[in-house]
Amino acid sequence: MSEIIKKATRESYGEALVALAEKYENLIVLDADLAAATKTGMFKKAYADRFYDCGIAEANMMGVAAGLAAAGMIPFASSFAMFAAGRAYEIVRNSIGYPHLNVKIGATHAGISVGEDGATHQCCEDIALMRTIPGMTVINPADDTEAKAAVEAAIQHDGPVYCRFGRLAVPVINDPATYKFELGKGVTLREGSDVTVAATGLMVNEALIAAETLAAEGISVRVINIHTIKPLDKELIVKAAQETGTIVTAEEHSVIGGLGSAVAEAVCEACPVPVRRIGVNDTFGHSGPAVDLLKQFGLSAEHIAEVVREAIKAK
Amino acid sequence: MDEMLKKQLRIHAAHIRMGIIEGVYHAKSGHPGGSLSIADVLTYLYFTRMHVYPDQPDFAERDRLVLSKGHTAPALYATLAERGFFQMEEMQTLRHIGARLQGHPCITIPGIDMSSGSLGQGISAACGMALAGKHRNDSYRVYAILGDGEIEEGQVWEAAMFAAHYKLDNLTAIIDNNGLQIDGKISEVCSPEPIPDKFRAFGWHVIEMDAHDFDDIDRAFREAEKISGQPVALIQHSTKGKGVSFMENQVGWHGTAPNTEQYEKAMAELKAALKELEA
Repeated sequence: MSEIIKKATRESYGEALVALAEKYENLIVLDADLAAATKTGMFKKAYADRFYDCGIAEANMMGVAAGLAAAGMIPFASSFAMFAAGRAYEIVRNSIGYPHLNVKIGATHAGISVGEDGATHQCCEDIALMRTIPGMTVINPADDTEAKAAVEAAIQHDGPVYCRFGRLAVPVINDPATYKFELGKGVTLREGSDVTVAATGLMVNEALIAAETLAAEGISVRVINIHTIKPLDKELIVKAAQETGTIVTAEEHSVIGGLGSAVAEAVCEACPVPVRRIGVNDTFGHSGPAVDLLKQFGLSAEHIAEVVREAIKAK
Repeated sequence: MDEMLKKQLRIHAAHIRMGIIEGVYHAKSGHPGGSLSIADVLTYLYFTRMHVYPDQPDFAERDRLVLSKGHTAPALYATLAERGFFQMEEMQTLRHIGARLQGHPCITIPGIDMSSGSLGQGISAACGMALAGKHRNDSYRVYAILGDGEIEEGQVWEAAMFAAHYKLDNLTAIIDNNGLQIDGKISEVCSPEPIPDKFRAFGWHVIEMDAHDFDDIDRAFREAEKISGQPVALIQHSTKGKGVSFMENQVGWHGTAPNTEQYEKAMAELKAALKELEA
């Protein structure tokens, strides 16, 4: 077996911006004093004249991004998810969402895997916040390959896009040579007939591991990667509901308002089947190593397997 | 300023004030006070300084204006109508269901450069537009109009810091200093004063002007255009409700529509003023 390569999607974000700069001359990058952490620092180094630091002022940064887009640029506004989606929510809603401006939000350090910084920086509400804004596209890539493809897809899409990236290095599961990213389309990574696990972000790899474990127990698990949470691939979700009869969702985000909610909404309307949501259970995080936190909060292959067994039993 | 031009501007401003009253009256809601206080500066900008094209509202090289104090949209809409972006009669549809003239500026309306209305946000968008201009070496200018109460929003000062840092000398922020906000006098609610000192401290070139004297407005904007390396804060000393006697300096006319009797009285005053100008 080949060695598992790990990379944080924030690194992919920084690398993708640099790689795409020549191709998209209107691409411009903003940050709010976190360039070293969000990895836009790579872009700053390569294209200093296309990088503008806004200082520790995320509200203004989002407004500046809106103005840049209104004047024909394609700005990526970067900060931690907590500040990009949280602190600046109302600016994103009114200055970017309402005028439907071509702003791309590069939000890194999403979720509990921020680790040691603790609850104030562990944003588990951003998907919920962003997907309620009309016309906002929300992408949560699973690995390096997908994150890079997502950045280009965001550029090619005319309208506001929220891109969610992580701090923790996660396994590369998609082959860059063959991978095709289609905005708004889920990806069936593993066929299965007993249950569907719909996962997003770093939970996609956990879902694949869980599926492998469960296969050994005779349980056939379909694994769907939902990289675009909005617009949601309802067709794929409903088909999974019809064919497997039950769905388990897995996300590094609150169980309120994120992928689990989006899937439940789609399933309720078109094909009601039991949906079990794995995520952060309406609680704040706390300090600790990211890997330990993920285990503690049940964001693991083991926990997915447990919940799938329950789902099968209840069928 | 040339007397003929000044007279023309006064006539445009009178039409715009009538449009404001028409709009707010027919909407049965809206913000007449702060709309009337910026009618003259909008007239001056759209009829003398700004390169705008009613038949090509999205022309890339146009000058831009962001009404950061977006609740005074009636003033901007009436100005755009007077300038030929749409018919003045459309003011009567302001805030109506199905109408395009929304309660606050909306980017889809011809001539509106940015949706605004949540206070403190427009100035940031204006900074972004000015930055794009600098970045590409475009020659357009960007104007933002803010309320004196609006500058209590923290985001305004984030933007102020940003504009000075990036030397956005293609940006002019007009602060409509009429001294009143919803809850009373700005000096009593939560004072943002001294306003000129604050902008100076943030690295802006500050110019003060009489908001209702076209000679002084002209002087101020000519000075603003000569400034390089700094954004300009143009603090205009204005009268809330200017032009309608019973609305002037009355905090109650911040966000109240006139009833029929008040509407007729206001229109009669404005028509009399216009008649005098046209005589």
